[in-house]
Amino acid sequence: MRDEPCDGRIVIVGASLAGLRAAEQLRKEGFSGSLTLIGDEPQPPYDRPPLSKQVLLGMVSAGQTGLPQRGDLDAQWRLGVRAVGVDPIEKRVLLADGAEVPFDRLLIATGTRARPWPNPAEAALDGVFTLRTSDEARRLAERLDAGPRRVLVIGAGFTGSEIASACRERGLAVTVAERGPAPLVGALGGTLGALAAKLQRAHGVDLRCGVTVTALEGNGRLTGAQFSDGTRIDADVAVVALGAVRNTEWLAESGLAAGPRGVTCDAGCRAFNMYGIVTDDVFAAGDVARFPHPLFEYQLLSLEHWGNAVAQAEVAAHNMVNPGPRRIPHLSVPAFWSSQFGLNIKSVGVPTFSDQVVIAQGSLKDARLVAVYGYRGRVTAAVSVNQAKSLEYYERLIETAAPFPPAPGAADRIESPAPVPSDVPDPKMLSHGPTVALTGHLPDRRLTVVHPAH
Amino acid sequence: MNVVVDLNRCQGYAQCAFLAPEVFMLHGEESLLYHPVVPDGQLERVRRAAAACPVQAILVGEEAGAGAR
Repeated sequence: MRDEPCDGRIVIVGASLAGLRAAEQLRKEGFSGSLTLIGDEPQPPYDRPPLSKQVLLGMVSAGQTGLPQRGDLDAQWRLGVRAVGVDPIEKRVLLADGAEVPFDRLLIATGTRARPWPNPAEAALDGVFTLRTSDEARRLAERLDAGPRRVLVIGAGFTGSEIASACRERGLAVTVAERGPAPLVGALGGTLGALAAKLQRAHGVDLRCGVTVTALEGNGRLTGAQFSDGTRIDADVAVVALGAVRNTEWLAESGLAAGPRGVTCDAGCRAFNMYGIVTDDVFAAGDVARFPHPLFEYQLLSLEHWGNAVAQAEVAAHNMVNPGPRRIPHLSVPAFWSSQFGLNIKSVGVPTFSDQVVIAQGSLKDARLVAVYGYRGRVTAAVSVNQAKSLEYYERLIETAAPFPPAPGAADRIESPAPVPSDVPDPKMLSHGPTVALTGHLPDRRLTVVHPAH
Repeated sequence: MNVVVDLNRCQGYAQCAFLAPEVFMLHGEESLLYHPVVPDGQLERVRRAAAACPVQAILVGEEAGAGAR
């Protein structure tokens, strides 16, 4: 096998963006063996970002976000069947229909699913939705078309905020319930969270922060919701946007380092086993993977980002068909975007890996700015609001660990050159997960060494 | 044919929105929205838009796994 990395059997579990891009890259790198893609959804790979934007706005139907493919994959597709296990000794993937698929090398790209509403009886009420898959988007869009009287969005992370934005654009009444102090605060911290809160209210969202939904009410059909502050609302649609759950349960018996935080792998996408020993034939990529990043002190990162799925899949594929010395690391700077309430929000680096933030260009007042995040005196992230062209510059500052706060650029005036605390909340306090999970220590917390008494 | 735009790369130059306005459109000042399925008769325009994109963020191709349905 080692002598013939371009031959043999490669199985990819997860037929979404990461799985597709890995398959394309394998062929591009000359892999001529058998290639199988296994996916639990019946559809071929589709793009998810449009689901909470174009699809909810009614521009495009949910079935129309299929991803284009580069070249002929010559792959076997096993769609609509779930992988339920891996036999690491016999090297077989076990499928829910009883079939077994043998492999020489395996790529795990099973991604995440929407975190469900914790009360199953309430979650089963007609009118309660999550939004992660094409099918979920189709059902939610149909319900929005029917003109509900009020939509409740539970959780104001990126997905929840995009849903609220689409509903307002359609003229629907929207209540957003967020456990944290502001929308987007888990991903972007306090300064931009406060801006997001102001924008949502300016667009007519009934935004309620610092509250949780204690009950969804209804008898078969959703009729309303109760909040932890004792208030209640009438609503006929509720969208649960409480972050994502990593699809790792199927790996429980595999002996791999797989758990609720993802599948741990090295920078070359090789999965670790449960003893922390790196495997040489099992790889991981995309939302399900958790890997050390040197720019963020080698803390393990889980990134739910479109660009990460693409980049990590390409690195994994390269490393699956190349011998050790030719293998490459996945070290790209994390990046993502969101579009909501008429604004284009883009991020590079890891904003939650910060202790301070400064508005380096533009102003909060104009909702056109670049916020730069620092950790212990170096730049670790930047977020632009309607100012995307500036981000590339800050990406270089992050890559080179440039000093924070950054020197004033030649751009426009600075509203407030003084850094303020980034107010990155403890993820435990949020009802939704941030899109980047740092699974080591929280960078804005100081460690205290406790000396035991003699 | 299908299209996908890498919106990390996209910097809102809007060349695509000028060249193929039925497929690419700006939403607000700099957010790009697009129709992932290229309508009949728009393919040539979309190909031109992909070629003209200053940051090469547009990928056009056959729908992935279409034969697997």
